[in-house]
Amino acid sequence: MNNKVINGFTTAWKGLSLTIRHLFASNAKRKVIPASDNNYFKQLEGTNTIQYPKQSIPVPEVGRYQLDVEIDDCIVCDLCAKICPVSCIDIESIKATEVIGQTSDGSKKMLYAAKFDIDMAKCMYCGLCTIVCPTECIVMTNQYDRTVFELSDLTYKFSDMTAEEAAEKQALLDKQLAEKQAAKLAAMKQKEGGV
Amino acid sequence: MSFYLTYFAIGIGLFAFSAVFALVGVYAERKVSAFIQDRLGPTETGKFGMLQTLADGLKLIQKELIVPAAADKLLFIMAPAIIFIAVYMGFAAMPWGPGLVPTSLNLGLYYIFAIISIETLGILMAGWGSNNKYSILGSMRSVAQIISYEIPAGFAIISVVMIAQSLNMQTIATQQGILSTESVKFFGFWDVSKTGGIFAWNIFRAPHLLIAFVIYFIASLAESNRAPFDIPEAESELVAGFHTEYTGMRFAFVFFSEYSMMFLVSMISVVLFLGAWNTPLPNIGAVHLADWTTGNGWGIIWILIKSLTLVGIQMWIRWTLPRLRVDQLMNLCWKVLTPLAFACMLISGIWRIVLM
Repeated sequence: MNNKVINGFTTAWKGLSLTIRHLFASNAKRKVIPASDNNYFKQLEGTNTIQYPKQSIPVPEVGRYQLDVEIDDCIVCDLCAKICPVSCIDIESIKATEVIGQTSDGSKKMLYAAKFDIDMAKCMYCGLCTIVCPTECIVMTNQYDRTVFELSDLTYKFSDMTAEEAAEKQALLDKQLAEKQAAKLAAMKQKEGGV
Repeated sequence: MSFYLTYFAIGIGLFAFSAVFALVGVYAERKVSAFIQDRLGPTETGKFGMLQTLADGLKLIQKELIVPAAADKLLFIMAPAIIFIAVYMGFAAMPWGPGLVPTSLNLGLYYIFAIISIETLGILMAGWGSNNKYSILGSMRSVAQIISYEIPAGFAIISVVMIAQSLNMQTIATQQGILSTESVKFFGFWDVSKTGGIFAWNIFRAPHLLIAFVIYFIASLAESNRAPFDIPEAESELVAGFHTEYTGMRFAFVFFSEYSMMFLVSMISVVLFLGAWNTPLPNIGAVHLADWTTGNGWGIIWILIKSLTLVGIQMWIRWTLPRLRVDQLMNLCWKVLTPLAFACMLISGIWRIVLM
């Protein structure tokens, strides 16, 4: 009985002295150091709170957070859209009538990207799209903080074509196709006529 | 007719005091808990987040007062008022200075003890009226706890009353300093009526009163439903206990009364054990520290400092000790505190006859 009472008081005092030490130790502000720092997990003294918008833990430059597309380097091969497990990439392509340029690594661009949307609300950050991309134009950046007021704002639009331009290119392609078709028909007719 | 105006002024003054204390108390509690847990607490509203509780209050005022469809409406609506009024009325007999007491009742202590018990009724009304199983469980626990803990608290108080021979809070307060008309002895052998200071406080008038103080302090934690005796609220098991269904100002009043209760029980233990409004500084030879620091203004300062220290200790305990189980709670009350309190009362009687 006596032991129990003494034990109760001593253990209570142990806890109380621990908490009062913390009560007065918290004045020190948390130092913001990256997770790679050796001291990162040894910060036992002081407050643990990181006042986020004002302070933030540095992330590595090669952080793999939000997706970004360098549309000038894109050959619109659609591989990223095909590999995406959650189908968050939506690409519409228009065939060009001729070679329209070169990417920075020398690949020929044969297609216009009329639409290149990535729905970051669906994205699961697996990074598969960045692996399959032949020209490495789709990459993950170290940007992780994006807040929007409209859900639709989370659909990132990377295509640099306006609707009119897309319509124009489509018309050109249709015209070329029609010409080809006409030429084909003419050739067939000639062949038939020749026989 | 002017004395009616005085009554109103005192009533409004006490209400304003308990309102301001609740605001400061909630802020202090949040900061203390944050620092103990290595967090920062409120920081955004005002400098160091000092306007946080004011903002919370404004928010609560604007909220809708929801009455659950299945609630017992009358009980549900009346409960917060009864809980708050019971605590608020307790302040009526508390002395603040040598000549500063709202009502100098000769049954003051008895009155306070009785009026605080009304809070139990309010809590039971709140729990029953909510028609919610968690609320009724919380209020049943609260009632069981408060009624049980009133016994050790009561006997700890009686052991003081037997030494002081009065139920008047002001008389008990006066006895513990240089203004005392009868001789005050430090542990029964050294006459400190002229020395005053910390030596004349009740906890040093007899050694067992120190134990009585600890008993009363523990019991008062239970009576104000504070951790480690917060099983009536028990967030992790009962949502919020008896005030689960309350919204807006009704909730604010329940919360309000919890903080007023904290201050009231601290003030009672200060008046009974820690020298009330008397200074802790004794007269030493020609240096009349006690004479210089006694008066109405000093009285308010001393009683505030002492009570707020006890409130601080209550907060410190709340954020340190884990909640007791119901059986542990009853075990502590009936098998430890009650016998000890009885022993204190017995010693008080012998002390009074033999040594005073």
